[in-house]
Amino acid sequence: MLTSLKRVIRAGFIGFWRNAFVSLSAIFVIVVTLTVVGGAMLVGQLLDTSLSQIKDKVDINVYMVTTASEDAIGDLKSSLEGRSDVRQVIYTSKEEALQDFRDRHKSDEQIVQALEELDDNPLGGFLSIRAEDTSRYESIATYLEQYQEAEQTTSPLIDRINFNKNKVAIDKLTEIINTTEQVTYIMTIILIVSSILIAFNTIRLTIYTSKEEISVMRLVGASNMFIRGPFILQGVMYGLISGVVTLLILYPVVLWLGPVTESFFSFNIFEYFVTNFGHLFFVLVGSGIVLGTVSSTFAIARYLRV
Amino acid sequence: MIYFDNVSKIYNGGRSAALHDVTFQVAPGEFVSIVGHSGAGKTTLLKMLIAEDMPTRGQVFFESLDIHTISKSSLPSFRRKIGTVFQDFKLLSHKTAYENIAFAMEANGRTDEEIAENVPQALELVDLGDKIWNFPHELSGGEKQRVAIARAIVNQPDIIIADEPTGNLDPIATYEVVQILKKINDLGTMVIMTTHNKGVIDALERRVITMDEGRIVRDDVEGKYVL
Repeated sequence: MLTSLKRVIRAGFIGFWRNAFVSLSAIFVIVVTLTVVGGAMLVGQLLDTSLSQIKDKVDINVYMVTTASEDAIGDLKSSLEGRSDVRQVIYTSKEEALQDFRDRHKSDEQIVQALEELDDNPLGGFLSIRAEDTSRYESIATYLEQYQEAEQTTSPLIDRINFNKNKVAIDKLTEIINTTEQVTYIMTIILIVSSILIAFNTIRLTIYTSKEEISVMRLVGASNMFIRGPFILQGVMYGLISGVVTLLILYPVVLWLGPVTESFFSFNIFEYFVTNFGHLFFVLVGSGIVLGTVSSTFAIARYLRV
Repeated sequence: MIYFDNVSKIYNGGRSAALHDVTFQVAPGEFVSIVGHSGAGKTTLLKMLIAEDMPTRGQVFFESLDIHTISKSSLPSFRRKIGTVFQDFKLLSHKTAYENIAFAMEANGRTDEEIAENVPQALELVDLGDKIWNFPHELSGGEKQRVAIARAIVNQPDIIIADEPTGNLDPIATYEVVQILKKINDLGTMVIMTTHNKGVIDALERRVITMDEGRIVRDDVEGKYVL
């Protein structure tokens, strides 16, 4: 048993080396496949991050009337936080709002003087609301409008909601985000499936070139495992080498793209590559090995039928 | 002992028959030549022996074993009892002469020591001791066929099957190959050979089975090539 295993492994290595050109073409095709997979992973991450950054920038601001009491605002805040579609509510009190305003306009003498003239703080506090998903802003805004109407008669609380002003932009953005996600998803699947088919076919062809040899091996009484073993081992080697080569190819690419993505998407793809190297290595080398092994196993099965 | 019992092989759903009720037997140590025109059924007959093809009717026995009842998993070990030699040599092109022969022994589960001892012996027997590390493309037709014979005999099989072994060889290489087969037979191994070569048959003076259109038409103990 051990001798057989040793022989199968040796035959696998020798076959790999002596059919160097065939091995090289199989590796080349798997590298292309894995580069597509790796590229899709990195681009997906880039899109994910930038989309969530864009989503983060979208919010609804609810401006309070200047007479609003802290309690009433607190009630509104907690009722909003109770909603499942609200991710975060940040309250900026009227004092903080004034301070922000001062800071922003501290170089403008006229405004500073005008503020000095006033006894009261002219600004109201406001709530910034972030939704779990951009598509939920509509219903949050409706909820706020109803809240505003209900409060209006007794003691007015909400001055204005800036959603309607942003509505068109938010709707458009939601649409773009959803479409982009769907398109990248479909494109990635198509690319990956087609490259897997090409890699599979290449390995099948490399084994096809050994068709005659396989029939000879059968005739001298080699068992199926004895024939299959070296080819499967070669498949594993194709995958392993391809995975490593793909990572070596991706490294300079992301190194070069790092600063570009940093300034454009504020996401450094090179840092992502380095910090997630283990994960990428596992996925790329792993799928290379699976691809090589499965393709070899299926291809060889065809020629082993007696 | 090989025994063909009323074996027929019919292709194309009954329209063409490769073998018609063939019955004969070959005793251990015999050298039998099977002759006939192309399409007479010679190769089909040999394929039945190594269980590469199934008879439509009838049985083929090796000793008391019906060859076509052998399970798929036991087939490799059965085939190791038979050494095969083909017209187109069927050597593994990316293996050297030594490795080609060693492969048959490895498949047979022999130890490295046995391989190191027997392979050079087998190559000496076919007079190729000096071409041990050559690849098939570096050998002449006759040399390739001698490597194939060395591979066929190295596991000391009970039977050697040679399908047109001299078909691709010049007269001198043909003579050498037939002499080697004769020598193997003299050492006690049954040899079954198909051929088109009249000179080979007439020089051998051994048993000749003549086939025509899937039937045995002659079976002579010391036959000549008559068609």
